[in-house]
Amino acid sequence: MDALLLHRLHFAFTVTFHYLFPQLTMGLALLMVVMKLIALRTGEDHWNQAARFWAKIFAINFILGVVTGIPMEFQFGTNWSEFARRTGGVIGQPLAMEGVFAFFLESTFLGLFLFGEKRLSKLAHFGAAFMVFVGSWISGFFIIVTDAWMQHPVAYHLLPNGSYEVSSFWGLLLNPWAWLQYAHNMCGSVVTASFVVAATGAYYLLEKSHQDFGRLFLKIGVIAGFTSCVIQIFPTGDLHGRYVAEYQPAAIAGMEGLFHTQKGAPVVLIGQPNESTQTIDNPLAVNDVLSFLIYGTTSAEVKGLDDFPPDQRPTALPLLYYSYHIMAGLGTWFVLLMLVAAIWLSRGKLYSTRWILWPILLSFPLPYVANTAGWMTAEIGRQPWLVYGLIRTTEGYSIHVSAGNALFTLLGFLGMYAVLSILWIMLVYRFIRTGPAAAAVAPEPEPATLTTA
Amino acid sequence: MGFVWFWIVAVMIAAYVVLDGFDLGVGILSPFLARTDDDRRILIRSIGPVWDGNEVWLLAGGGTLYFAFPLLYASSFSGFYLPLMIVLWLLICRGASIELRMHINNEVWRSFFDGLFFVASALLAIFFGAALANVIRGVPLGSDSYFFLPLWTNWRVGPSPGILDWYTVIGGVVALVALAVHGALWIVLKAPGELENCARRAVTPLWIALLLVTCISLPATIAVRPSVLTNYEAHPILFLIPSLVVATLLGMLSFTRQRKPLAAFISSCLYLVFMLVGAAVGLYPALLPSSSDPSRNITIATALTGPHSLHVGLIWWALGLILALGYFITSYWLFRGKVTAESGYGH
Repeated sequence: MDALLLHRLHFAFTVTFHYLFPQLTMGLALLMVVMKLIALRTGEDHWNQAARFWAKIFAINFILGVVTGIPMEFQFGTNWSEFARRTGGVIGQPLAMEGVFAFFLESTFLGLFLFGEKRLSKLAHFGAAFMVFVGSWISGFFIIVTDAWMQHPVAYHLLPNGSYEVSSFWGLLLNPWAWLQYAHNMCGSVVTASFVVAATGAYYLLEKSHQDFGRLFLKIGVIAGFTSCVIQIFPTGDLHGRYVAEYQPAAIAGMEGLFHTQKGAPVVLIGQPNESTQTIDNPLAVNDVLSFLIYGTTSAEVKGLDDFPPDQRPTALPLLYYSYHIMAGLGTWFVLLMLVAAIWLSRGKLYSTRWILWPILLSFPLPYVANTAGWMTAEIGRQPWLVYGLIRTTEGYSIHVSAGNALFTLLGFLGMYAVLSILWIMLVYRFIRTGPAAAAVAPEPEPATLTTA
Repeated sequence: MGFVWFWIVAVMIAAYVVLDGFDLGVGILSPFLARTDDDRRILIRSIGPVWDGNEVWLLAGGGTLYFAFPLLYASSFSGFYLPLMIVLWLLICRGASIELRMHINNEVWRSFFDGLFFVASALLAIFFGAALANVIRGVPLGSDSYFFLPLWTNWRVGPSPGILDWYTVIGGVVALVALAVHGALWIVLKAPGELENCARRAVTPLWIALLLVTCISLPATIAVRPSVLTNYEAHPILFLIPSLVVATLLGMLSFTRQRKPLAAFISSCLYLVFMLVGAAVGLYPALLPSSSDPSRNITIATALTGPHSLHVGLIWWALGLILALGYFITSYWLFRGKVTAESGYGH
């Protein structure tokens, strides 16, 4: 294996694993704020109990997000040093701002939120939860600004030593790409959190334990889930897609598997891209829809991959195509499921309708898959560029870090994250099995042994 | 501008060492001071609400370094590839051990994470000390300003050094002992009863060890890099810094003897700050010296990013720091006083 591939796998693996945690915590922070707000307004303590229960799951995920997040910032320097040298003057800015503006806020108020319920008034404790939410969403924003600059570089100029610096601070922060991507991404995070909360509720109802909380979780999960799933597709996904089509037409062609430029371009629902014949095998396609989605008219011409020189086309075409199709397919499933659940909820029958509770329970891993596939679409679609149009991926990695050393640390991360995954699943499962009622009466976990977990 | 950002980064690194320093110190001392599970819980709880925030200084400092001195970030992070990856793994283990230990009330589970907490804390202190010593000693920078260091070669300070040699090992030991003392003084401040007395009894022997290694490290530094004295000789007023190191070192012990734990802890904070400032003064204006050819040194001038970025950065950095200080003061104030075995969430 060559060093470039290993450095790419290194970043891809660590960032994919890392994002399993923030995508839950950012969305869950919002839902906890809602729970605390309801508790504050109604004075009903079981909403406080619910918030306390999710705070425990939040804390585990948050800490795993922190410890797996530190390697992300380091890796710009360790594995992608030439990229770091040339772009530090631009993207070092949002990364440093994330630390200064988001992490300090988040870590302080999380400490107050988790440890301070007895020391703070009810309103102040709600305030702490709210600040944790604000901190985690600001943090997400600065990361998106960083990525958006790599997708769509703006507000920079070249220095004599070949590196870039910011030419306009507000230009960097107000990059339209960043705002579209941010809306789409944060909404996706709410989808993950809603599905996890709703699935926990469905589990309790199917198991016939903690049923009060089961109903409560299902209700908040389905309402937040339905809203976020719809916004995820329209307007955020739609607008983001059009922006990609305008500025990265080769990426859109790759995502859709459009090999040839054509008018009335189809949307391929299912099918396997075949690079040797430049066709889609076993296609199930709807004509004219792609032209309509991008340009608003069914007869518009959409550029296919053959319109771009080979060194400008996405380098991992099938993976790009599948990532995008998995994301879009799951997104459609989420809307359908949540629509049905919302209708049954409004008719007051959801809690006893097992044929809806089961798919809600089984669907909780799918938003993780969809969010990951969405990010893969964005980052693989950007290839062969590291910074679109400015720096190629082949130019960015640390040439002095050998393939052997990169493989050594990649294996190290694989092993360490395998252990973390097991601990994570085990502990979250224990919390869910113990249930929210215990979060109120016993601050200390009840005696139990490893084998029963 | 370069001067300002040099000191901004230095201040953030110093803040990290002082703040995360005491919770690393608690980790280093935990197996020696804590006798019962209650003791261990009190130790962890004394850092529970703050350790994560303390660690943010590392991230914020790293981000600031990346933004202000991209070349330094790129060169040092890729050159110190292996030790940095090990540091990352240790940080992961340590964070996980603090957070996960409390969730299952089982002897085997808790002992495992206690052990991990100790090992990761101690190794982190050693690696951070060795890292600083590597920067002071210099690295074999190539003509493209990059380098790559193996973990060790022949343990000598020569033309092809490794991350670990006799000098950087001294640096690691200094850090280990200094943070152990720092942690002990924090425990005296925060822990109640017998635990407090235990920690106080540990201060004196640790302090003697610190005096010893500090005295060894100073001449060793001058022997390895005689040019650290250049700035001091040009501005003799700077010799105030090493004398403050001595003063704060004495302060730690005498304030502990007088039962003034807060003053002793602050002395220890200042000791760490003055040690770092002393090193920074010795390096300035180099950021990462070359071990072979001074013309290849990475300096403020060669590593600094463009002026517009730096001007804008100064505004948001100042704003962000004021906010951060506000949060820290609030948090430390709210969690002031002794830790008890009952309060708090699940620890």
